[in-house]
Amino acid sequence: MAVTSPGIAGAHQYLDAQVRWRTIEIVFWLATLLPFVVTPDYLVLASQIAVTALFALSLDLILGYAGIVSLGHAAFFGFGAYTAGLISKWGWGEPLTGLVISGFAAGLLGYLMSFIISRFRHLALIMITLGFGLLLLEAANSASGLTGGADGLQGVKMWPLLGMFKFDLYGRTAYWYALIVLFLLFLVSRRLINSPFGLSLRGIRENAVRMRAIGAESRSHIRKIYTISAIIAGVAGAILTQTTETVSLGVLDFQRSADILVILILGGAGRLYGGLIGAIIYMIARDWFSGVNPQYWYFPIGVLLIGVVLFLPNGVLGGLAQIVNSERGQRWAGWLTSPLPWRSRP
Amino acid sequence: MTVPALSTSGLDKNFGSLVVAKSIEIALPRGVRYALIGPNGAGKTTLINLMTGMLRPDAGRIILGDEDITALGPEERVRRGLVRTFQINSLFPHLNPLEAVTLAICERERIARTWWRPTSDYRAAVDEAYSVLEQLMLGPVCTRETRELAYGQQRLLEIALALATKPKVLLLDEPAAGVPREESAELFTAITNLSQDITVLFIEHDMELVFRLASRIIVMVGGRILLEGTPDEISADPRVREVYLGGAHA
Repeated sequence: MAVTSPGIAGAHQYLDAQVRWRTIEIVFWLATLLPFVVTPDYLVLASQIAVTALFALSLDLILGYAGIVSLGHAAFFGFGAYTAGLISKWGWGEPLTGLVISGFAAGLLGYLMSFIISRFRHLALIMITLGFGLLLLEAANSASGLTGGADGLQGVKMWPLLGMFKFDLYGRTAYWYALIVLFLLFLVSRRLINSPFGLSLRGIRENAVRMRAIGAESRSHIRKIYTISAIIAGVAGAILTQTTETVSLGVLDFQRSADILVILILGGAGRLYGGLIGAIIYMIARDWFSGVNPQYWYFPIGVLLIGVVLFLPNGVLGGLAQIVNSERGQRWAGWLTSPLPWRSRP
Repeated sequence: MTVPALSTSGLDKNFGSLVVAKSIEIALPRGVRYALIGPNGAGKTTLINLMTGMLRPDAGRIILGDEDITALGPEERVRRGLVRTFQINSLFPHLNPLEAVTLAICERERIARTWWRPTSDYRAAVDEAYSVLEQLMLGPVCTRETRELAYGQQRLLEIALALATKPKVLLLDEPAAGVPREESAELFTAITNLSQDITVLFIEHDMELVFRLASRIIVMVGGRILLEGTPDEISADPRVREVYLGGAHA
């Protein structure tokens, strides 16, 4: 096959195109507004999907990009959730400052944890993160004076958002709130993965040994991304608390760590939108299956997962990307994924 | 006398009772092309691992320029200009050569800490990456994923990644290993054309390549240095013929 050299201009063009927005992205974000008009009765579910998507995004940054496995990511989600709940319980119900403080608290925990995380890989990491998650769950369980233990945290009362929008029963404010935070943190993540730092993260995922041999500061990169990921997970947990006005031990549960991993793999790790798509599919499927059969709803979920892993090893998005990147796919849907002429410069 | 670019003194390493390096004394002057030869299991790759910090020596010292680097980790040694390539490709399969080399340059320049600006904004780093790739004839394939490249091209990328770190001393572990004859010419040219400022030590089994590229040769046997000399001295030495040229590679 004859290859024409892209040349230096082609090289710049290639990297430049990575940053550009694509039509499909704009379509996706416009579609997130649909629940307001199409399914206004499901805004509570929609806000929970947005929270889950944000949580999955946080895991994608460490797992999908840097290749850092975690089976205890609920630790940061739960820490953020409890922080937000306690701030409100202690008399400060303003959501935005509560959100920032919760994110900061989870980030601090993540930063401390990152010194251990950055020294290990693979199997050891699974064990460490699993153990850490269980420790935090047990700590929250036994500190029932603070957390309410198995009864959950009572007395969370949120003030209206910006002093104007009350968190209503229909989840209208909740969805707006969760969606806007999700979008903003998505923008940050998108910016991050296209930066030199993001490139180094992919290098760590692809070959940690080689990273040492080119003199990379891998450990400091891992500490940084782990902290950022913990902040985002904490923010997701805080939104859940603020929009539901309760916190239960479930936010720290191993099940939550496992679910979010499943969601990310289902959607496609390392693609930024993978966690988002995974959250939508998983949450809707769970809602629907549990409606159809409240007792055995995990059965069809299991079938769904096995099916995806068998036929779409890179997740739903990986499968879609393969179709679109094929010759015929490019002809029909290429316009959706080709870079737009303008570039965002926030 | 000028300070050698890289030297070792009394370097020892044992794996249990197996001696893999014994009293290794090497001094590489600046800009020379050294070949490190010896039969399989002689400890050549171990020596590279010791020098680059992938292994810790049991005894001895490693000096880069005038600095003792024995206690430094691999990353710090790379930052000071001691860089290696791998006998078995150790690349970034899902990155393309442009991204991989840009990554190495960004790490060298500490740009890799930046997470707010897109990589494409660092035009100087990208320009440099492209010129390294072009020097190694990888320009035309720079936007193809590494795992899709021909094996010979992947070997070239091994060297490109090392060059991107601006090495003073470059250790090439069997650069032509596994490369078919048809593809090896490009590789030889690339090694020949390396800047004369870089001191090169390469392990190689292909004697044709060794005698063509090396100005001096070190022969290792059983974890020890048997002999060091010019290609003519080495090829004339009866001991070398016996352990190496006359042995497995006859």
